[in-house]
Amino acid sequence: MSEIILTIDDKEVKATAGMTVLQAAQQAGIVIPTLCHHEKLEAFGGCRLCIVEVEVRGWTNYVVSCLYPVAKDIVVRTRSEKVDKIRKVIVEELMAHAPDAPELVKLAEVYGANRDRFERQQSFCIVCGLCVRYCNEVKQKNAVGFIDNGAEREISFIPEIAKNECWECQECFALCPTSYAQAAYLLTEALAFPGERKATDHVSRAPEPTRRVIPLIPVAAAT
Amino acid sequence: MPKLHSVAELQEFRAEILASRDLAKPCIAVCAGAACDGMDSAAVAAAFLAEMDKQKLGGKLEVRTTGCHGYCEKGPNVVVTPGEICYFEVQPTDVAEVVAATLKGEVVDRLVYKDPNTGAQAVHMSEVPFYKHQMRLLMGDNPKIDPMRIDDYLAVGGYAALVKALTEMTPVQVLDEVKKANLRGRGGGGFPAGSKWETTRNAPEKTKYVIVNGHEGESAAFMDRAMLTGNPHKILEGLIIGAYAIGAQKGFMYTRHDMPLLEKHVRNALVQAKEYGLLGENILGSGFDFECELHFDVGIFVSGESSALMRSIEGNPPEPRPKYIRTSVSGIWDKPSNLNNVETWANVPQIISKGADWFTSIGSEKSKGTKLISLSGNVVNSGIVEVPMGTPLRTLAFDIGGGVRDGKTLKAIHFGGAMGGSIPADLIDAPLDFDGMSKLGAPIGAGGLLLMDEDTDMIEVARYLLDFLVNESCGKCAPCREGMPQMLHILTNMTQGKGKAGDLERLEDLAEVTGLGSLCALGKTSADPLKSMLRYFKPEYEARIVNIAGGSGT
Repeated sequence: MSEIILTIDDKEVKATAGMTVLQAAQQAGIVIPTLCHHEKLEAFGGCRLCIVEVEVRGWTNYVVSCLYPVAKDIVVRTRSEKVDKIRKVIVEELMAHAPDAPELVKLAEVYGANRDRFERQQSFCIVCGLCVRYCNEVKQKNAVGFIDNGAEREISFIPEIAKNECWECQECFALCPTSYAQAAYLLTEALAFPGERKATDHVSRAPEPTRRVIPLIPVAAAT
Repeated sequence: MPKLHSVAELQEFRAEILASRDLAKPCIAVCAGAACDGMDSAAVAAAFLAEMDKQKLGGKLEVRTTGCHGYCEKGPNVVVTPGEICYFEVQPTDVAEVVAATLKGEVVDRLVYKDPNTGAQAVHMSEVPFYKHQMRLLMGDNPKIDPMRIDDYLAVGGYAALVKALTEMTPVQVLDEVKKANLRGRGGGGFPAGSKWETTRNAPEKTKYVIVNGHEGESAAFMDRAMLTGNPHKILEGLIIGAYAIGAQKGFMYTRHDMPLLEKHVRNALVQAKEYGLLGENILGSGFDFECELHFDVGIFVSGESSALMRSIEGNPPEPRPKYIRTSVSGIWDKPSNLNNVETWANVPQIISKGADWFTSIGSEKSKGTKLISLSGNVVNSGIVEVPMGTPLRTLAFDIGGGVRDGKTLKAIHFGGAMGGSIPADLIDAPLDFDGMSKLGAPIGAGGLLLMDEDTDMIEVARYLLDFLVNESCGKCAPCREGMPQMLHILTNMTQGKGKAGDLERLEDLAEVTGLGSLCALGKTSADPLKSMLRYFKPEYEARIVNIAGGSGT
C-alpha cells in the first residue's frame, strides 16, 4: 500500500491510497461532522455536512470528505468561514424538518444555526438514507426504500417485506437521527398489516436492548 | 443495398447516388421539424405528394420531407431548390399554386417573406433577414436531407470525414486535430472536447465507451433535438470518428423517450449505417470495429447530467454521483466513458474534413466555431439559429430575432434555461462567448436564449425556473433537495406580496450554499438564475419586501 502524505488543518497526515479524506482525518483524530455516514455502509455523500475545503495545485474546491479520495500534497481545511456557513445553512434546512433531533441540536450549537430560520416542513425525515442503505447493504432485505424525487423524496417501508422482517430486526430505528424510521414503520404496520407482523421468535428470544422501539426524546428532556 | 466493404466501394456508391440525381430538377423541401410538425406540416407534405400524383409529376419534381429548417416562427416552412426559395406559413391549400409556379420557374409572391415594416420582399434564403445573419454550418444541410434516407446524407458529402479519418489519419492525429480546433463542449460546460477525449484514450482500461448526450432537458433549448431528428447521420459520423480517436468499441446515443419522430429517425439511422457497413465490424475495411446502441431516459431532467446518464445506461436509477474521479476515467460500468453533447459531436466531421485551422478561423478568441441557439421568449422570430461564436447578442436578438414582440422594449436576456442567468438589456452588445457570458452571470449553457420584455416580473422568472427544478431534483443531497423548496417558498411569497424582512438575506444564503454544497451540476447551478437576478435586478426584489414597522424591509 502506497503511503500518501497530505495536510489537514495545518497538520501533516499519513494515509494510504484509496482512503477518503474523512477516513484520513478520523485516523488523525480530526473531527469532521457527518450525518449520513456509517462505517458499515458505502459512502453516500447525501447530507453534505462533511464538506471541506481542498486546495489542489492552487485551486480551492469544496468537496465532501466522505467521498473525496486522499491525494499527495493536497491541503484540506475542515473549518473555514465558507465551510462553517455551508454547514450552518444545511443544519438550518434540516431543522426545518426535525428541530429537536439531538444530533442537529448539537450541530446547531457548534455552527450557530437558527432552528426557526426556514419554513417548517411537514415530514421530520431528513432523508439521510441510513435506514434504506443499512437495510439494503447490511441486512440485504430492502424492506425500506426511497420513493419519489426532489423535495418529495421520502423513505417508505414496503409492507410485504416489512411484515416479515422488520419487527425482528429494528436495527435501522437506532440509526435514524430523527426517529422517523420507526414512526414510518409503525404507520406502515398500522395501515397495511395491523396485528399481522411476523414476531414469533421475538418473545422467546431474549431481546437485545437496541431492538426495542426507541421513544422520541424531546431535546429538553435529553439534555 | 449491399454492404460497403471498402472506401472505394463507398466512393463509387456516392458517385452513383449523385449521378442519379438531377440537380436542375426542382425539389420542394417541407420542414417536418418539431414546430412545423406541430403546425401540421405533414398535411402540407401529403398535399404536395397528392398533387404530384394527380398531375403525374414524378419526373419533373421532387418532394422531400426534411428536418428543421430553423425559422419555427413562420412554419410550416417550405424551401424550393434550386434557388432556395423560402415559403412561409404554407397551408395545404397553397400547394397547387406552389407546384404550378415551381414548374414554370416562378415564385408565389404571397408566400415569401415580407419585411413587417417596409413590406420589402425576400425570396431566397440568403435574403431573408432571419437566415441572412447566420452561418449555418451544422443546420444548413437540414433542408437538403430526408433524415430517413442515408443516401441523402451521402449525397451532401456525408461520411467523407469518416473516410478521411480511417484512411488518412491515425487515431492520435484525429485526436490532435480536435484538440487543435479547440472544440469546446456544447452541452453547457464549454470544456475542451479534445482534452476529454485524450483522458479517455489514455485511461488504462481497454474497454471504453463513447456517448452522445441527446437528452436536452434545458428549458427553452430545442436545437439538439432539431439536429438529431433532422440529420442523425451527422452526429453518428462524429461519434464514430470520436470512437476511432479514443479507441472505444461501443457507443451509446442517449436521448428522450418522449420524442417519437426523433426515435424513429435515430433508430432508422443506426439500422441504415449498420446495413451499409458504417457500423459494426471492420468498418469500410479499416479493421476498426464499432457498435452503437440507442438508449432512452426515464423522463426526469437530471438524467441528462453525465454521471446520472451513465447510471441510467447501466440500468440503475439516474442519480448523479460525485465526479471526484472523472467519468472519462471511470464511467459506465466503471469503464472510461467519453460523453459529449449532440452539437459537439456534430462539429467533429467538419473539423476532420476541413481541418482545425479552418475551424479556429471562425468564432471568438477562446470560443471557436458556430453555436446553435434556440431563440424564444418575447421575440418576433423564434426558431433555431446558428451563428459564429463572438456574434454580439444584439445581432441574435434584433437582426435575426427581429427584436421584441408587440413593439415593446427589451428588459432582459436570459441564457441557459433553468440553470442559466438573466442579464439586463443594456448588456446586449456582449459577444456570444463561453467565458464572457459566464462572467456576466448568464452562461450560454446549451444555448437557450430568451428575450424578456418590459412587462416581465423578474421575481416571477426566478420563481418559475425554480419551480421547474424543484420537481426535477433527484433529492439525494440535502442542499439541493432542501434549499430549492425553501428558495421557492420565499419567492412565491414575494410574488404574492408577502415578502418579509430577512427574505433577501435568506435567499442569498440559500443560493450560495446550494451552489457550493450540492452534489451535481443540477444543484450547483440551480440558484444561478436567482443569483443573476440579485446581481442585476436587486431593487426589484427589494421593492417586494413588505415594509414592516417602518423599517427599510431588508
